[in-house]
Amino acid sequence: MELDRYPVPALLIAFALLLLSGIAAITLRAQAGMAQRIGQAGAVLGSLAGLAAAIAVLNGVRPEALILNWPMPGGEIHVAIDRLSAYFLLPIFGVSALAGLYGRSYLSNQGDPANAAGSWFHLNLLIAAMASVVVARDGLLFLLAWEIMALAPFFLVVFNDRRAEVRHAAWIYLAAAHIGTAFLLALFVLLGNLAGTSDFAAFPGVLRDHPALASTVFVLALIGFGSKAGIVPAHVWLPEAHPAAPSHASALMSGAMIKVGIYGLVRMLTLLGAPQAWWGWVLLLTGAASGVLGVLYALAQHDLKRLLAYHSVENIGIILIGIGVGVLGLAYDVPALAALGFAAGLLHVINHAIFKGLLFLGAGAVQHAAHTVELDELGGLLKRMPWTGICFLIGSAAIVGLPPLNGFISEFLLIYAGYAGLLLPTTAAASAGLTTLVAMGLIGGLAAACFAKAFGVVFLGMPRSDAAEHAHEAAWPMITAMAILALLCIVIGFAGPIVVPALAAIVTEASGLPIVQTGAALAPLSGALEISTLVFFGIVVLAVGLWVWRRWHLARAGIRRAPVWGCGFQHPTPRMQYTASSFAQPLVTQFQLLIANREILAAPTGYFPTTASFASDSGDPFLHLLFVPTFRWFRRLAARLNVIQHGHIHVYVLYVAATLIALLAWASL
Amino acid sequence: MLGMLLAPFLVGIINRTKAFVAGRRGPSLVQPYRDVFKLLRRGAVYGEVTTSLVRLGPVLNLATLLAALVLVPFPGAGAAISFMGDLIVLVGLFALGRFATVLAALDTGSSFEGMGASREVHFAALAEPALLIAFATLARVTHATDLTAIYGAIGIGAWIHALPALALVGVSFLVLELVENSRIPVDDPTTHLELTMIHEVMVLDHTGPDLGLIQYGAALKLWIIGTLLVSLAPLRAVDPWIAAAVALLGMAVLAVVVGMIESAMARYRLATVPQFIVGAATLSAVAFMVLLV
Repeated sequence: MELDRYPVPALLIAFALLLLSGIAAITLRAQAGMAQRIGQAGAVLGSLAGLAAAIAVLNGVRPEALILNWPMPGGEIHVAIDRLSAYFLLPIFGVSALAGLYGRSYLSNQGDPANAAGSWFHLNLLIAAMASVVVARDGLLFLLAWEIMALAPFFLVVFNDRRAEVRHAAWIYLAAAHIGTAFLLALFVLLGNLAGTSDFAAFPGVLRDHPALASTVFVLALIGFGSKAGIVPAHVWLPEAHPAAPSHASALMSGAMIKVGIYGLVRMLTLLGAPQAWWGWVLLLTGAASGVLGVLYALAQHDLKRLLAYHSVENIGIILIGIGVGVLGLAYDVPALAALGFAAGLLHVINHAIFKGLLFLGAGAVQHAAHTVELDELGGLLKRMPWTGICFLIGSAAIVGLPPLNGFISEFLLIYAGYAGLLLPTTAAASAGLTTLVAMGLIGGLAAACFAKAFGVVFLGMPRSDAAEHAHEAAWPMITAMAILALLCIVIGFAGPIVVPALAAIVTEASGLPIVQTGAALAPLSGALEISTLVFFGIVVLAVGLWVWRRWHLARAGIRRAPVWGCGFQHPTPRMQYTASSFAQPLVTQFQLLIANREILAAPTGYFPTTASFASDSGDPFLHLLFVPTFRWFRRLAARLNVIQHGHIHVYVLYVAATLIALLAWASL
Repeated sequence: MLGMLLAPFLVGIINRTKAFVAGRRGPSLVQPYRDVFKLLRRGAVYGEVTTSLVRLGPVLNLATLLAALVLVPFPGAGAAISFMGDLIVLVGLFALGRFATVLAALDTGSSFEGMGASREVHFAALAEPALLIAFATLARVTHATDLTAIYGAIGIGAWIHALPALALVGVSFLVLELVENSRIPVDDPTTHLELTMIHEVMVLDHTGPDLGLIQYGAALKLWIIGTLLVSLAPLRAVDPWIAAAVALLGMAVLAVVVGMIESAMARYRLATVPQFIVGAATLSAVAFMVLLV
């Protein structure tokens, strides 16, 4: 098999494996075990074939574009893999392969086994659809793939369909997905109409002829793709859909699917021609808002998967800050800044796929073992599930952007881009640099607080419930999937000097800058990272040395175990531990204005207080203040249409006939 | 390298100053060294529910601070290692050390330590942008992005050119020295009331060699951020030996100042501390704005 020399055929094999195994799984759903095995094998093998194709292109194989006729009016099947596509195929197929590996063991005690076969069908369909979006070079094909990618997760989310809140979450997802699609439809109709074809190749020409159109297209793309990516305020579906979905599906959606939104935005920017400065500012500020608000909302959560979902909003914000800096660099004609911004944003795409995939898989292992992801019912899991715990710890440190893990590399690039920006002479560029720095500083600190809370409350201390007390380690396929991702966090963290120059070719395709300039901008940073990597090795050596010394010393000096200090109280119980809510309370209170956390406190009164209670609810203000009222208004508007809808079929036939006559009359005018 | 040896002196000077103001004679200047060595020789007591993380915290924290020491230039000597963007790595190392300490605290399962950890991450989340903005202002003044070049460029000329900006950054470094090292008015390192503590309560259940490593690490951090402040002095054109001597004197003066602040001020209420830190960040941001106009 020399698949890596033929990327397009390899990709077609991947599609065939995914779709055939999916269909086989759903037809064999009576034998649940068999169906699941086929579905899993298809997901893993198909993704590996796709991964081979993507890696081949990144290694420099130039594939032929595949153009097929299509028995549908308008559009054709135009598929091509350039470096940008191949780069986004990495997280898609990478996370998919591991989610596939993980999924069958995870589903073994989750929900209705009869749903599992269908779930594999939709999972494999989603993988294929995401890959199709990334390689499509035709508007109509793109939209079709996009729609499948929007629909498949609905069926994944609704897996546990007996629970009302799961069905509710799935509907919120579906509505959000389609609002985004509506904007994309408008975008492609607008461009396709003027170009006379829906092929991407024709779009730059159209935009050159109609420069005023570029800004409209940019706004449509930002809303359409942004709502899929989960930028504020279009993020409301993430915290609903992720907790409801099975964890490997969450990993896939958060690790890969929201990145397809970023892909769409970047691809559209490459077609739009020279960007305007205000686009960059909009991207930068939207990114900063998503980043800061995302992490603040995450802090207030006490459901682990909701918390992770809000962190996806935060990380999409970081990616968007990077792209915003990149666009500003192009607009202000500072190629070095542009290269840095795009490199940081694009690297964070991969990094986030790795650690967020890992964290969702870890949350799934917790869910599988303790049957809950409610933070305040967990605790002490590191002793009970050491592998999951260590992987989750690595993922937490990586997402916080701590050295020497992968998150640090992309955040280093982005913060450095901030410093590079603020050294520029113009006030505008310097302000952009400072904005980047402030946002990244705040996000970094708050994310550290949030993951100290998440990891500390779930894995450290004492178990807060029986379920957590009796939790068991995950099955080996689940551990393997998590361990691979954890290892990638470490490897990329130490391989910064290799990874960063390799980004130059991809940044070149995303930004339109010549490779000489992107290479020149990134080379000094890879030099800097070489030295910092040595420092990291130094830390590892020092820490190991100190560890060994202490072990040797304590072997002689002696170790005792004793209860922790309880202010004189000798028997601490699990209930006396700090909870997730109390841990986050000072920060939540400080940012009350933005979080809108509701607290209900029945304080103990009198000398002999009997009952007291405290509850907090961290609703999303954007959902409650923006979307719910808007949709209520729409529903009221729609209710007026009930007048013409009364169930008499002959009247409906009359409507059809009247519409037809009206259309014919309009066409003949 | 000097910092590795001299850092605990700073703690000694602070304690001596406080004792002097209070009319006591106070412990010897080398008392912090004795404390650390005594603790390093002791055995250890660990909480009943702890895992290995509680042991990893102090070790990793000290390793990051030793690495940070290597990155920070000292007047007359420069930094042992310097590269583009090393200030970002410095901030990252502080964050890593803190994350390890916080997790070690949570590992004990003690309510007090959870409380301390919660406050630590709260204030750190505000102090981190403050540090980045202070560096931003320095970078703008000196047109450099590595610490050695930044501090190498601060001479009399830079002070004349950007007096208000550098002065404001100096103030915000002083605030950060107090915040990051848990000194009064943010935290009281000598209090014995668990409910009011931050850093000390976080390490309450660390004993023996672990506590020794933590105390030594705390002295190093005091030294590192103190260096960032003292190095703002315009020592560019001065002979390296004299520059180093002046800077060492400056460190001692800084320790006396911190001691005086501790003697003269009461702790802020916890709710006031964030305003104090955000104030420091705002000062640096104002300094940056001043440079733009």
